[in-house]
Formats: sequence, C-alpha cells, structure tokens
Amino acid sequence: MLNVENYWVLKIAGYDVWITETIFNTWIVMAVLIILAIIARMKLKSFKVIPSGFQNVIESLVEIFDDFVTNTMGEKLSYVAPWFFMVFILVFSSGLFSTFGFRAPTADFITTFALAMVTFLMMVVLGFRHRKGKYLKSLFQPNFVFFPINVLGEIAKPVSLSFRLFGNMLSGTIILTLWYTLTPTLLQIGIPAALHGFFDVIMGFLQTYIFVIISLMYIKGAADE
Amino acid sequence: MEQALATIISAAHIGAAIALFNGAFTTFGQAKIVAQAIESMARQPEASDDIRSTMFIGIALAETSGIYGLLIAIIMLFANPLVNIFINFVS
Repeated sequence: MLNVENYWVLKIAGYDVWITETIFNTWIVMAVLIILAIIARMKLKSFKVIPSGFQNVIESLVEIFDDFVTNTMGEKLSYVAPWFFMVFILVFSSGLFSTFGFRAPTADFITTFALAMVTFLMMVVLGFRHRKGKYLKSLFQPNFVFFPINVLGEIAKPVSLSFRLFGNMLSGTIILTLWYTLTPTLLQIGIPAALHGFFDVIMGFLQTYIFVIISLMYIKGAADE
Repeated sequence: MEQALATIISAAHIGAAIALFNGAFTTFGQAKIVAQAIESMARQPEASDDIRSTMFIGIALAETSGIYGLLIAIIMLFANPLVNIFINFVS
C-alpha cells in the first residue's frame, strides 16, 4: 500500500497514459458525488418555501459554506464559494473513502498538487483581475531588489499547501498499512476502526478545513486591497 | 561493494531519523500556540470562536516543517535516490 499501484496502461496518440490506483479511486469518489448531485438536482423541483427533511440538509450545507466564505473573503470575492465547496466535499469524501480500506486519492501527490495549482492560478488571475497593475507592483515591495524573493514566496505557497495535505493523508495511510501488516489477526478486529476514525475522519476533516481556509486567505491576500 | 552499499543505506536511515527529529520542535511550537489560545479564551470567552479558527490556521502553518521532515524521511527510506546513483556508478 506504500506504492501507488498501476492498473492499466492506455496508449493514446503514441503516449502512455497510466491509469493508477489514485485515478481509479478518484473516479469512484466522483461517481458517488455526481450521483448525489443528480439526486439533489432532481429533488430541486419539489423544493418548497418551508424546508423539511432532505431539503433542510442541502440548504444548510450550502448556506453554512456560503456564510463561511463570505465571512473570510468579504462580499466582493464571495463568488469563489462554489469551487471551494466542491474542493471541500471532494477532499473530505476521499478521506472518508479511505475508511473502507482503499487508498485515499489525496494520499497521492498528484491530486493535492493539482488542487493547489488551481489555487495558485486563481490567486494570480484574480489578483490581476481585481487589482490590475497593483498586483504586479506588490511583487516589487518594498524594493525592486526583493523581486526574486517575492516570486519565490509566491511559488512556495502552492508547494506548502499541497505537501501539507499530502503528508497528513500519507502518514495516516502508512500507519494503517503498518498496523495491517505487522500485527496478528486478532488485533485487526475493531482497533483499525479507531485508527481509521482518527486518521481519516478527524484529521481528514481538519486538513480539509485548513486546506480550504488557507487557499481562501491566499486568494484574499492577492486579490483584496 | 556490499560494504559501500550498506554504508549508504545506513547513512540514509540515520538521515531519516534526524529528519524526523524536527517533529519534537514542531510539536513544541504547536503546544505553545494552543497554550496561548487557551489563555486568551479564558480571558475573553466571547471571542473564543475567532480565536479557535485562528488557532487552527496557526497550528497548520506550524505543522508544515514537521510534514517536510516526514516527507524527507519517507523519501530517504522508500525512494532513496542515492542507491540508484551508486548502482549506476558501479555498473
């Protein structure tokens, strides 16, 4: 479980495309989330003014997250909320997926690096969109000598963001693998549930929250005056 | 040749242990953050929600160096580049 297994190799236009365990597990998580989203969309027609049951859950989820983003980012930048709601749900449910004994998609550097790169691109694009020349100017603060250091600081942001999530999920995976391979069968009843509960659910939720809020703060720092 | 390879592997393991040692400092820093947060929560209970969210961000930022150490240790143990360089060098 320490190595990411490779399931198939596809040949597309002369290139080898590797379908690894991570990609396959991400597809499963995505399929579950898409089915849930389609169910929510189909139920949307029968929603009433006074919510009850299923509608309560959906509405409170969306509302809590919208309020959270608005409180952190302010009114003007709160339109990034849908994307980060998606990131939150995806990362948290991939942690939950690992409680079934599979490898979590976030325990591979590819997934977390992709998510952190999107944050980096949003940081740069929204910085130019909202502050125009001032964003470029902020790289030359306080002096033009500091330009390389500022650029390095900007590049270090997605790296540290992705390594944090990856390291936490990978450490949980490694500890559980050690437990599964080293202990006798008798100790594998019940005790892994507690370990999964701590490393996948509690740490997964905490790291998801931290990933989202630090991304929001980076974007706010780049785009807000 | 076996002796040289054994030296490289043992040096990698010692390096991994040293890299993991920064977990002690990371934990010390996190403990300091939590202690200060509890202190200020006790002083101002009405501001505890703000303090709690800021505390989590601070903990996460302080954890980064520990995570880097962990990743260096994992690379040293399971994906060591030095062994491949040595084998290429010999053959």
